[in-house]
Amino acid sequence: MLLTHDIEFTLNGVKKRLTIDVTMNALDLLRDVVGLTGTKYGCGEGECGACTIRVDGETRNSCLMFAVDFDGRDIVTIEGLAADPKADALRESFVEHGAVQCGFCTPGMVMQASHILETHPDADAETIKRGLEGNLCRCTGYKKIVDAVESACCGAK
Amino acid sequence: MTAIERYAAPQSLDEALGILQQGEVTILAGGTDLMPQTKAGRIAFKPTLLNIGRVAGLKGVSLDGAYLRIGALTTISELLRDPLVVQHAPVLAEACDQFASDQIRNAGTLGGNINNASPAGDTLVPLIVLDAEVELASKPNGSVTTRRLPLAEFFTGPGRTKRAANELLTAVRIPLPRPGHVARFYKFGTRPALDISTISIGIAGIKRDGALTDIRVAFGAVAPTPVRAPRTEAALEGRPLDAEAIEAAADAARDEVNPIDDVRASAWYRKELIHNMTRRMLDHVAHA
Ligand SMILES: Cc1cc2nc3c(=O)[nH]c(=O)nc-3n(C[C@H](O)[C@H](O)[C@H](O)COP(=O)(O)OP(=O)(O)OC[C@H]3O[C@@H](n4cnc5c(N)ncnc54)[C@H](O)[C@@H]3O)c2cc1C
Ligand code: FES
Ligand code: FES
Repeated sequence: MLLTHDIEFTLNGVKKRLTIDVTMNALDLLRDVVGLTGTKYGCGEGECGACTIRVDGETRNSCLMFAVDFDGRDIVTIEGLAADPKADALRESFVEHGAVQCGFCTPGMVMQASHILETHPDADAETIKRGLEGNLCRCTGYKKIVDAVESACCGAK
Repeated sequence: MTAIERYAAPQSLDEALGILQQGEVTILAGGTDLMPQTKAGRIAFKPTLLNIGRVAGLKGVSLDGAYLRIGALTTISELLRDPLVVQHAPVLAEACDQFASDQIRNAGTLGGNINNASPAGDTLVPLIVLDAEVELASKPNGSVTTRRLPLAEFFTGPGRTKRAANELLTAVRIPLPRPGHVARFYKFGTRPALDISTISIGIAGIKRDGALTDIRVAFGAVAPTPVRAPRTEAALEGRPLDAEAIEAAADAARDEVNPIDDVRASAWYRKELIHNMTRRMLDHVAHA
């Protein structure tokens, strides 16, 4: 028997009410229940960052989070960054620098990068590298990603 | 399939302890250990899942008389930037800086790291050399009682501690450092972050006139629990911190650890790492 629980939270600025299985993980809720598939399932173990979301303003791995813990919180996914001009500049910078290849890691990278830029508006390459430590990319070799974030950061100044 | 019959996310400590007292409870804090462990079937849920994430008063760092008090729900990110931690226990902040990734540091709590009781838990070694104690609360007969235990005595094996089933770890207390206090932490992994420690070393003491006294040395990931290293401590205590004393201490360290071979490193390699890194850290302390 599955035990369910009612949760209420804000998802990308919109109030949501759901009844979910208490052992469900937050990533499954986003992808399978709410249908927001921008957040990716990579490793499922906290290693790759493809599932990065923002919870009450801080980035977290949604694969490591129980969905019941969304209750009462403010959740932002990559879809929620669509309306944010700063994230727009970041996305453009990713494209310009060739920091997107297969694109699987990109939503997680952009989520984490936008968080880095907010918390360290004049981040240097080292700060950006450290901030992206929890995000893996199989394609780009990271240089282009770091360049993209660094240039978005300087561009924002 | 899960056997969970009840989910609770109380807002008060009193309520949380009342639920714990009824028995058969899985405690959830940040979930970064619990989620993968339950998903992989390594840990089975108890009938009640108790999410302590909303319990008031379990978060944050404060001064409490001669102690620094850190609430169990304080996250690794919060420790990293907390001014009181940076001032009074910089070695703990140093360890938090090498802990996982930003995303995990934002979720993982100090209480979770301690209660997960991994021999490689990165906050444990620095807390042990800082003489930290854990504060455990329970409500055995209607009213809240608290006891304290030195962290060095808290662990009984991998994933096992002296916490009773009806107890919640509410805080960690660290005595405020005395004049001359020095402490260092070193972690070896194949990547700087996001890697379980192959070995870790903590050293603390009072440095005066070129010698260390009140020495604490602890090692992580070389035994089923983090361990104090009494023979290494004895080799150093009160002696001038010269090349000879440092070599003797590094030898003692290699001889007294008894690590295992696993996917991360062989026992031989771990012993050599302990030897070389203990020497290097003591060199740094001597010349600082
Ligand atoms: C990819 C990855 C990388 C990691 N890297 C590191 C690393 O570099 N260093 C490191 O040390 N750890 C690392 N961890 C482990 C983990 O993130 C930490 O141990 C974290 O501090 C656990 O805290 P939590 O709040 O998420 O714990 P939870 O998962 O919520 O709980 C952990 C355990 O403690 C119990 N518990 C939690 N709080 C309390 C309390 N107040 N009282 C009693 N029991 C309690 C829970 O029941 C559970 O058994 C990593 C994990 C992952 C997935
Ligand atoms: S899917 Fe969550 S970190 Fe990889
Ligand atoms: S672009 Fe393919 S994984 Fe990063």
